Amino acid sequence: MTTYFAGKTDVAVIGAGHAGIEAALASARLGAKTICFTINLDWVGNMPCNPSIGGTAKGHLVREIDALGGEMGKAADANTLQSRMLNRGKGPAVHSLRAQIDRRDYSAYMKHKMETTKNLVTKQAEIVSLSKNEDGTWKLVTALGAEYTAKSVVIATGTFLKGKIFVGEVNYEGGPDGTFAATKLSSSLLELNIPLRRFKTGTPARVLKSSINFENLELQEGDIDTVPFSFETKTPPENKVCCHISYTNDQTKKVILDNLHRSPLYGGEIEGVGPRYCPSLEDKIVRFADKERHQLFIEPCGLNTEEMYLQGMSSSLPEEVQIKFYKTIPGLENVEIMRSAYAIEYDCVDPTALFPTLEVKEHKGLFGAGQFNGSSGYEEAAGQGLVAGINAAFNALEKEYITLPRSGSYLGTLIDDLVTKGCADPYRMMTSRSEYRLILRQNNADERLTPLGHQIGLISDERFENFKTEIALKEAEIKRLESTTIAPSDEINRLFESLGTAPLTTGCKLAELIKRPQLSYEALAPFDKNRPIISKQVADKVETEIKYEGYIKRQLASVNEMHRLEMKTLKIDTPYEKIDGLRLEAKEKLSKIKPMSIGQAMGISGVSPADISVLLIWLLKNS
Amino acid sequence: MINDTIVAIATPPGEGGISSIRISGREAFVISDKIFNTKNGESLACRPGYTAAYGNVYDGENLLDDGVALIFRAPKSYTGEDTVEISVHGGDFLIKQVLRAAAKAGARIAQGGEFTKRAFENGKISLTQAESVMQIISARGSQALRLAARNKEGALSKVIEKITSKLLFLVSQISVFSDFPEDETLMIDEEDFIFSLNEIINDLDTLISNYDKGKYLIGGINTAIVGSPNAGKSTLMNLLSKTERSIVTPIAGTTRDIIEETVQTGEFTLKLADTAGIRKTGDEVEKIGVDAALKRLENADLCLGVFDISKPPEAADKELVLRLSGRPSLLVLNKNDLEDKSEGYFEKLSLPFVKISAKEGIGEEALNEKIKEVLKINELDQNSDILGSERQYQKVVTAKNSATEALSALKGGVTLDAVGILIDEALSSLLELEGKRITTEVADEVFKNFCVGK
Repeated sequence: MTTYFAGKTDVAVIGAGHAGIEAALASARLGAKTICFTINLDWVGNMPCNPSIGGTAKGHLVREIDALGGEMGKAADANTLQSRMLNRGKGPAVHSLRAQIDRRDYSAYMKHKMETTKNLVTKQAEIVSLSKNEDGTWKLVTALGAEYTAKSVVIATGTFLKGKIFVGEVNYEGGPDGTFAATKLSSSLLELNIPLRRFKTGTPARVLKSSINFENLELQEGDIDTVPFSFETKTPPENKVCCHISYTNDQTKKVILDNLHRSPLYGGEIEGVGPRYCPSLEDKIVRFADKERHQLFIEPCGLNTEEMYLQGMSSSLPEEVQIKFYKTIPGLENVEIMRSAYAIEYDCVDPTALFPTLEVKEHKGLFGAGQFNGSSGYEEAAGQGLVAGINAAFNALEKEYITLPRSGSYLGTLIDDLVTKGCADPYRMMTSRSEYRLILRQNNADERLTPLGHQIGLISDERFENFKTEIALKEAEIKRLESTTIAPSDEINRLFESLGTAPLTTGCKLAELIKRPQLSYEALAPFDKNRPIISKQVADKVETEIKYEGYIKRQLASVNEMHRLEMKTLKIDTPYEKIDGLRLEAKEKLSKIKPMSIGQAMGISGVSPADISVLLIWLLKNS
Repeated sequence: MINDTIVAIATPPGEGGISSIRISGREAFVISDKIFNTKNGESLACRPGYTAAYGNVYDGENLLDDGVALIFRAPKSYTGEDTVEISVHGGDFLIKQVLRAAAKAGARIAQGGEFTKRAFENGKISLTQAESVMQIISARGSQALRLAARNKEGALSKVIEKITSKLLFLVSQISVFSDFPEDETLMIDEEDFIFSLNEIINDLDTLISNYDKGKYLIGGINTAIVGSPNAGKSTLMNLLSKTERSIVTPIAGTTRDIIEETVQTGEFTLKLADTAGIRKTGDEVEKIGVDAALKRLENADLCLGVFDISKPPEAADKELVLRLSGRPSLLVLNKNDLEDKSEGYFEKLSLPFVKISAKEGIGEEALNEKIKEVLKINELDQNSDILGSERQYQKVVTAKNSATEALSALKGGVTLDAVGILIDEALSSLLELEGKRITTEVADEVFKNFCVGK
């Protein structure tokens, strides 16, 4: 192929999905000249699976992305169709925001945001080759022969990399939602000695709204008091649509079991590993044979479309079987499928080949993000994109990289899990993946990450000032509640009785009352005459910090301990082979993972506590 | 500091055929040569590893004993450093003199666990190995050895694994409940949950109570010998330890400070403390001794209350009986070779008693049997699981406390995310016990519990 020199840039991002967008925006906003390549400009920030953002633990990630200066939260707020705070009754650690999103509007918002961001150009082009120049910069070649030079490259190829679609016995090369796959880039990566492997994921059918009978379906409405994702969004989003719930039954099960042999997964055509946490319906039916029914959610894809998404019903069975089993479900008896369900298999990297900076260990200036790193989910992708974009820019601008400690964020936990433990199937964030859940709440993501966002330059001075003001308000209010005594009265004791908590006999501090599980900050408002006017967000923080003070203190102790170990840095060239006392397996694993700290080393499977003790003693001896 | 030369007594205290010290570190040979003269005049520093030399042991100019020196050259030694082990004839007194001689010659007396810590640092043993080694060393008596061996093979591991998997199940239930809120089938049945949590707390409780019994077998029984002046406490001590350790005189109030001795009696080890006779006294020095005796009585695993039955019980005896009731104690009715003038006072109390004559050595066996009865050592199922060390015990106690707290939080209406943190705590305590997680304290804490020497 004849090529031509098309230009130089600081950072090149391959892919404009949720990871690529955050990477490109962050890089450009930090002052690095950035080009973002996408196979199809009409599908920037596409949601080829769920038309929703957030959910358990994922909602935390969106908050954290926003707190660091990313775009996802704002884009979601601007295009929300329905918003719900999940787990409201289960405690602040697991409160998670989830929103239905207008898929096409979201894509348009992101495309326009990229087009209007300084230092950033987005181009429609398939990158077919990536190689290292002699001066350490990277050479990217497009399918049309344009040759670019970049100081840093972020690979955010999602499911496009050697993508292959499976519907029953039919399979073909292709990307999500009828796009082309990126078929050539993988061989360049293999030449660079990057360990690739195959993962798979899948999506259910999209169906025509007017063909659904909603009459007997359970309704799922949005919250009355909605909360935005972004700490900067001032107007709470409006609920514009409803979702519905239905269930599979014995008939559904029978259709699937009768046709299981026609699934490429069970026939062995798919070699890729699917996500444990988002199985196809046939997977669920086979693995959980006792379960009588499986839930599905019928979700609108947008205001300007009648396409509906069937959450929970992904499948790679043949189209005719899909039609048959969807029609067994109440409400879908006469359903018209507009797009069939499919499974998609793609190339991705073994993430233990990356540092916690998301840079490939063997290749300075080369970064990975999103599904390419073995994760699954828009939010997981966006978070990694943000970190990879920041570090790609800092490499080009010759600044020091950032890493996010595990003890400080879900995003840090996600990246640490990926690069330290690796993943055997697409990695989904869950609240249980964090040891520090009560500290890493969605309502304090700003306190955990905004100072860093400001320091690196993604959070404006104005926002930072507002943030500091809010913190001061919060602290003052906590102090006030801790020092204000409320006297017993018939009125308050009537309230207490109705809420099932012991009446007051003597005066009691407001903070002590808030600690009672049955009472809330809001419930005490009528008896708290001098209460200042504070925003809902601040009130939420105040209540959480008082109510869970004991538990938070407990976790803080372990956070501090972990943080201390994360601060004990290990050099990349630590001679593990030569450290006496390390077991052979530990030597091998440590040499491979090259942990950046003792904290990270502790998470490596095959490295025992005894090995860590040996390492600590070795560090002591050699420092 | 690293690699300075340390010394410690390597054999357990008490009577034995030989006693030895171990010297380890950069100057192990130089220091050994100062206190050990080989018969053929050859320096130990010139000898190859894995050899033995016969010679005389000196403290400066003073000949202490003749003995054998074993040479180990780095890295082929327990610690991985140059090491010399010097053995002399058995006896606590002699070996302490040898130790002192080595210290005068330039070795530093090792801190608890230092040899094993060095072995660990030099990659000679793993942390888990270190723990088992320690238990075998410190296990005295055949039963204790058997228990330690069982722990090493993993009988305890299996019990803990079972509890761990129950806890893991609860943790995973909470996780699923929080992470998949929209799935109606994943709701938690609170009753079931509380039932499981209770079961776990009971399992942990069993481990803890077995530990309390089992620790006597492994660590020895802290025993206080108390009684009125001249009831025969020191004679009893001497009988048990078979030495003239306590000064026995007919003058009441002879023993003013606490004299300690470790005694092997049959299957278990008594750590005896002979205390001053408890009586009201105007003598300031003796009063200090009496106060110490009372304190000892309160902290002991076992109190042997010695009473002279050759005379009628006095007020002080009656007072002591009151002090003893309610704690693990045994009334030792002494001097039963003489005429019994106690008017059956002690037998009528509902406290366990045994009649002996310490002076004549009558009733020693009955005494041993009674001790076992009082401490319920007989009831301990020899195959039941016992926590091997204080560190393990502490972790199980922590796990139990966290689980108990979780239970009451759950019942008190605290949200599941916070309850989950307490259950996580219980789980990670147990995981740590199995060596599956680490805090930096682990190594230090383990080594603190280590006996000096192997």
